[in-house]
Amino acid sequence: MSAMFPLVVDRVSFAPSGQPVLREASLEIAQGSFTVILGPNGAGKSVLMRIMHGLLAPTSGSVRWGALDVRPKSQAMLFQRPVMLRRSVLANVAYGLLVNGVPKREARDHAATVLETVGLLHLAGRPARLLSGGEQQRVALARAAALQPRILFLDEPTASLDPTAVRAIEKGIADLHAGGTTVVMITHHLGQARRLGQHIVFMSGGRIEERTPASVFFRQPQSRAAGNFLREELP
Amino acid sequence: MTFVRRLLLTALVVAAPPSQAAEQYITVASTTSTEQSGLFGHILPEFTRATGIDVRVVALGTGQALDLARRGDADVVFVHDREAEERFLAEGYGVHRHDVMYNDFVLVGPQADPARVRGEADVTEALRKIAQARAAFVSRGDRSGTHAAELRLWHAAGIDVEPAKGLWYKDTGSGMGPALNTAAAMNAYLLADRGTWLSFRNRQELVLLVEGDRRLFNQYGVMLVNPAKHPHVKMAAAQQFIDWLVSPTGQAAIAGYRIGGQQLFFPNAKAQPRATSPAAVGEVPDV
Amino acid sequence: MDTFSASFHAALDLLFQADAYLYGIVGLSLRVSCVAVLLAALVGLPVGALLAVAKFRGRRTLTVVINGFMGLPAVVVGLVVYLLLSRAGPLGDFGLLFTPTAMSIAQAVLVFPLIAALTRQIVEDAWREYAEQLDSLGASHWQQALTLLADTRWSLSTVMLAGFGRAIAEVGAVMIVGGNIDGVTRVMTTAIALETSKGDLPLAMGLGMLLLALVLLLNALAHGIRIWAAEHAR
Repeated sequence: MSAMFPLVVDRVSFAPSGQPVLREASLEIAQGSFTVILGPNGAGKSVLMRIMHGLLAPTSGSVRWGALDVRPKSQAMLFQRPVMLRRSVLANVAYGLLVNGVPKREARDHAATVLETVGLLHLAGRPARLLSGGEQQRVALARAAALQPRILFLDEPTASLDPTAVRAIEKGIADLHAGGTTVVMITHHLGQARRLGQHIVFMSGGRIEERTPASVFFRQPQSRAAGNFLREELP
Repeated sequence: MTFVRRLLLTALVVAAPPSQAAEQYITVASTTSTEQSGLFGHILPEFTRATGIDVRVVALGTGQALDLARRGDADVVFVHDREAEERFLAEGYGVHRHDVMYNDFVLVGPQADPARVRGEADVTEALRKIAQARAAFVSRGDRSGTHAAELRLWHAAGIDVEPAKGLWYKDTGSGMGPALNTAAAMNAYLLADRGTWLSFRNRQELVLLVEGDRRLFNQYGVMLVNPAKHPHVKMAAAQQFIDWLVSPTGQAAIAGYRIGGQQLFFPNAKAQPRATSPAAVGEVPDV
Repeated sequence: MDTFSASFHAALDLLFQADAYLYGIVGLSLRVSCVAVLLAALVGLPVGALLAVAKFRGRRTLTVVINGFMGLPAVVVGLVVYLLLSRAGPLGDFGLLFTPTAMSIAQAVLVFPLIAALTRQIVEDAWREYAEQLDSLGASHWQQALTLLADTRWSLSTVMLAGFGRAIAEVGAVMIVGGNIDGVTRVMTTAIALETSKGDLPLAMGLGMLLLALVLLLNALAHGIRIWAAEHAR
C-alpha cells in the first residue's frame, strides 16, 4: 500500500476572479483504480484535474494524499496537445528524468528502454516537433512512463488523434494501469470511457453530480444531468 | 550549464588582445588643438622609436584635461592655459611645469566681414567692432585654453558677453573642430588656434581676418602628475617624455611639423627655471 | 551633393587601399562589441528567462525598470562607467580606463537591458505553451528558464544580433570611457566623430557608410536566421 493513497479531494472550490468555476467538489481516488471524468464543456473537469495534480491551488477546500504532508512527486500528466521540446525524441523522453536529478547517461539509457518498450525506438533521433500529433502524444506518454509515476493524469489525451494513434495511446495507458499505476482521465469519448474506465465521475456546471462504477453508469446514471448528457451524446 | 560555459569561454577568447607583449605606455591628457592639428601624429612616433614607450593621448579641452589629471587618470598633462596650470600646481596635483612651445590664436570670420575687422592690428578693437555690429560669434565655451584666452580678450576689450549669450554670441560648449564646423555653417566669427585652423578642411566661407597681436600669443606647458597624490602614476616613463619634449631633439621635432609648408608650433622650452609645486615629491630629477 | 559623392569615393578608396589604419579601427569595433554582447548575454539571458518564468514580488517592477533602461542614453552610461573606472573611483585600481575592456564594459551595460527585456518577451511567449507540462514534470524555475532558453535559441540569436547592432553603433559611451586614443581605443564611431570635428567630412562619411553597411548586413543576417529557423529548426 503506498502512503500517498487514497487521494482525497475535500470540498474544493475554485473561483479565481469571483466567478465560481468549481463548487465544493469532493471525491476519493483509490490506489490502482482507473477513474474517468466525464461531462459537458465548461463543467470544470480540467480545473479539477489541475488542482488534483497540483498545478493550480484551490480557492477553498483541500487535496490530501493519503497520510502524507506534502505533495508527492511520483505523478505525471498528459495534456490534450502534447508539449515537445525542441530536441530529439530521446532527449524529450529523458528530460523528465534529467530535471529530477538522474545523471545524463542513466537518463538516456532508461529513455531508450522505454522507447523500445512502446515500439518507438526507431524515432529516437528525430526532432520531436516534426512528428505527427499521434506520434508526439505517444512520446509524451513514454516521457511520463519513464518517470514510473504512481498516478497518471490525462486531460483528453486522444481528442485530436486519428484512430490508429488513439488505439496506441489507449494500449499504452492500459499497460501502465496493468502495471499498477493509478489513472485519472478526462475524455469526451464515451466509447473510450466505457472501454477503459472502472469508475465514472460525472461533472456539470462546476459540480460533481455523481460518482458511479462504470458498469452502472452507462446503463443507469443516477443524476438527471448525467442522463441528459448520455442521451445527447449517444446517437 | 555547458552552454553558459561555452559562452564565457568565447567571451574570454575574443577579449584577449592580439599578441601584445606588456608594452610600456603613458597616458597624456592634452587638448584638442594639439591632437587635431596633427602635431602628435608627427612627433610621438619619434619618441616611441627612441624610447619604446607608447604615448596614449586623451584629447579634451584644457579644463577637462586638468580635471582628468586631478582624478589621477593621466600621467602627464600638456595644455595651454598658464593660469589654470599654475592653479593645478598650487593645489599639489602637479610636480613641475615646463614651457614647451607656443603658437598663436587667429580671428577667423566670414569672407563678407560684416563687422569690418579685416587686417585690424588690435584684436580687442576687432572684438569691440564685432560686439557693436552684433555679428555672429561662436565661442567654444568648454573651459579650454582657447576659451580662457577668448574670455580674457573680451575682458580686455571691456565687453561683457553674458547678456549677449543666445543672441549674437553663441556659446557652443565644444572642441575646436566642432566649433569651427559650427562657425563655418553659421558664417560667424571665431577665435581659433592657428594649428587647428590650418589643418581644418571644412572652411566654407571662413577666412583668416586678424592675426599678429601679441595678446594672441598662446603658450603650451607640460606637467607631471604628482605621484604623491596618485602613486600609480608612471613617474619614470612620464618624466622621460617630458625630458624629451624639452630636449633639443623633441623641440626640433615640434618645429619640424608643418602644414602646407607653414610651421604650426614654435618650441620655446627653457632649461631653467621651472615652476614647482610646493607638494612635489623629493626625488624629481633636475633637468 | 558634392560631399556625398566625395564621401562615396573616399569610402571606396579606403576599402581598396586596404588601409591598415581603417582595418585596425573596424577590427577593434567588432572585437569590442562582440565581447560586450557576450558579457551582456551572460547576465541578460538568464535574467530575462527568470523574469518570464519565476513569480516573485517585485517582478513586475523589475520588468518595467529593465524595459525603461532599454532607452538609456549611451552618454549617461559612459559617464557612470567612467566614474566607476576612474582612478578616483571605486574600481580605479584595475586600471581599466581608456582600454578596449572599459569600452566593452560600457557597451555591455548599455546593451544588457535590451537583451534581458527581449529575452523575457520571447521566453514568456514560449512559456505559455510549456508552463504546465514543465511544472508537471517537476522542473524548478531555474531549470525551466534554461530549458526555455535552449528551446528559443534561434529567436535569441536575433536578440544577440540586435544587441550587437546597438553596441557597435553607439559613440557616447565609448568616447568617454575609451578616450578615442589613436591605435588603442579608436573605433568606427569615435573615428567618425573625430574626422567630422577635423572638418574632413568625406572621410567621416566614408567611415559612416562602412558602419551603415555593417549594420545593414547584421539586420539582413538576423532576418535570414529568422526565416531559416522558421523553416528548418524544429
